[in-house]
Amino acid sequence: MTDATLNNIKLAPREATTWQRLQVNRNWLGLWFMLPAAAFLILFLAYPLGLGVWISFTDARIGRGGDFVGLENYEWLWDDTVFWLSVFNTLLYTIVASAFKFAVGLYLALLLNQNLPFKAILRAVVLIPFIVPTVLSAIAFWWLFDSQFSIISWTLKKAGLISTNIDFLGDVWNARWSVIFANIWRGVPFVAITLLAGLQTVSPTLYEAATIDGANKWQIFRHVTYPLLTPIIAVVMTFSVLFTFTDFQLIWVLTRGGPVNATQLMATLSYQRAILGGHLGEGAAISTAMIPFLLAAILISWFGLQRRKWQQGENND
Amino acid sequence: MTDALAPKLADPKKTLHGVSPMADASEGMSYLERLPRRLVTLYLPLTIILIVLLFPFYWMALTAIKPDEQLLNLEKFNPFWTWTPTLKHIEKLLFDTYYPLWLWNTMLVAVCATVLSIIASVLAAYAIVRLRYRGAQWIGGAIFLAYLVPPSILFIPLSSVVFQYGLFDTPFALILTYPTILIPFSTWLLMGYFKTIPFELEECALIDGASRWQILIRIVLPLSIPGLISAFIFCFTLCWNEFIYALTFLSSTQNKTVPVAIVNEFVDGDIYRWGSLMAGALAGSLPLVVLYAFFVEHYVSAMTGAVKE
Repeated sequence: MTDATLNNIKLAPREATTWQRLQVNRNWLGLWFMLPAAAFLILFLAYPLGLGVWISFTDARIGRGGDFVGLENYEWLWDDTVFWLSVFNTLLYTIVASAFKFAVGLYLALLLNQNLPFKAILRAVVLIPFIVPTVLSAIAFWWLFDSQFSIISWTLKKAGLISTNIDFLGDVWNARWSVIFANIWRGVPFVAITLLAGLQTVSPTLYEAATIDGANKWQIFRHVTYPLLTPIIAVVMTFSVLFTFTDFQLIWVLTRGGPVNATQLMATLSYQRAILGGHLGEGAAISTAMIPFLLAAILISWFGLQRRKWQQGENND
Repeated sequence: MTDALAPKLADPKKTLHGVSPMADASEGMSYLERLPRRLVTLYLPLTIILIVLLFPFYWMALTAIKPDEQLLNLEKFNPFWTWTPTLKHIEKLLFDTYYPLWLWNTMLVAVCATVLSIIASVLAAYAIVRLRYRGAQWIGGAIFLAYLVPPSILFIPLSSVVFQYGLFDTPFALILTYPTILIPFSTWLLMGYFKTIPFELEECALIDGASRWQILIRIVLPLSIPGLISAFIFCFTLCWNEFIYALTFLSSTQNKTVPVAIVNEFVDGDIYRWGSLMAGALAGSLPLVVLYAFFVEHYVSAMTGAVKE
């Protein structure tokens, strides 16, 4: 009798079926949890990325699949002065705008990190240019940069600094500086607010200690703030450089690449060639040509970050 | 004492003001600085930067309510103010164009794409952080890399994909392609958030016999509502801001989103277009600014969280 019940009890933990095992299997569950995200990213990101590289080796046009033509598109671009001009413009745009965004953004972050009345409101207000869709603020800049009715020209004229209206978007270099300014205007809040978040994690005791040791403002910044901020600077500037390099909206609204391709970036040129001109293959080749630049930017910041971590003896967490 | 210390801390500008009373006893080390000095080194640059940052919006709003004749006559009227505001431009926008429809399209696309992305990201982030299936680390890295792939590289091949799937010129073209921008970002953000939820809670639930799905729905999600709001707001803003896909994948006027419609439909030869153009830009920005005003903290934490992780 007792033996029988004992036997029954022993048998009670029955063998789990395959189905039940699957239900607690990490890999099996993980597969299902990943499925929606993976479906989107494979269908609409990985596949098009590969397809884009493939299209750049074909002579595809809109409405007609292309044949493989090897490196013909790239050879064509190699001899295309407009393409090289767009590379120059893109690099100029990215380097100048990023440098200014970093300098002004860091300065603004340092200002906002001090004791201020209405600090929360100020921080919220600073971020507004980043919230408003780029196209819509670009339209405001278009109006500010109008050749006839620009308020900037008007103010400078009233102040007696210039005698004729500035042709902001009609002159080659004026147009370049104008779009760079608009880009800086939009990018500064992002840099400032993210760096401010980094600044707030720096302990005030470090500043107090440095002050007692007789460090001046610049020394405190250079030897306390900046080293502690480096990791976040690297990440923020990577993002900033990437998004500036591939910018399309701002240029498209303000100049559409003009005057005489002076503000033509690689992104706008590829749109013009591929969608407006119908030469998908050539446009895709221009897009693909952007990839090495982007990889270089990512690698530089990545290794910069690693080196800094190594110097500070941090774990790679 | 303060005078002895001052030359060390001060820049040359300070000496212009001579000796001045100590600033108020606010926190930190700012008591070391006097008010005139703070005026020059802090309030003045801050004011200038703020004016530059906000002036385009003031100008946008002012242009939207100025009568036409004042817009183009800078000599006769003070350009920086108007005493006779008009609603004509906004009226034209609402009743003579498809503007309400465009606004609706934008809203629809943004909400659908955001909801889809958040659902997919919650599942993916939970799986990467807590299920830790084989290769989860690598997948996490790959998702971060996906965030760095810019739309300007993808729009040409995507346009042919969209064409093949028969989605061209429908809202679905955008609803299905925007998640490629949003999922990497929000997955990355939510991964960071899920990591902060104590592991022990889930272990208790597992002992009580809850399945992974139940844990996610009943324990993890209610605890991560702030993170979800952050991700939602940020994704919504990104959708609203997106331009190049909307420009490429949509062709008929009625289907367009606000940014594309304003650039393409309003820009005609009319010399008096500025008023309605600015009204359109303003009306397109307001929903976002209002949303942002309510959730500033969430927005900032989304932005900085994604960078910090």
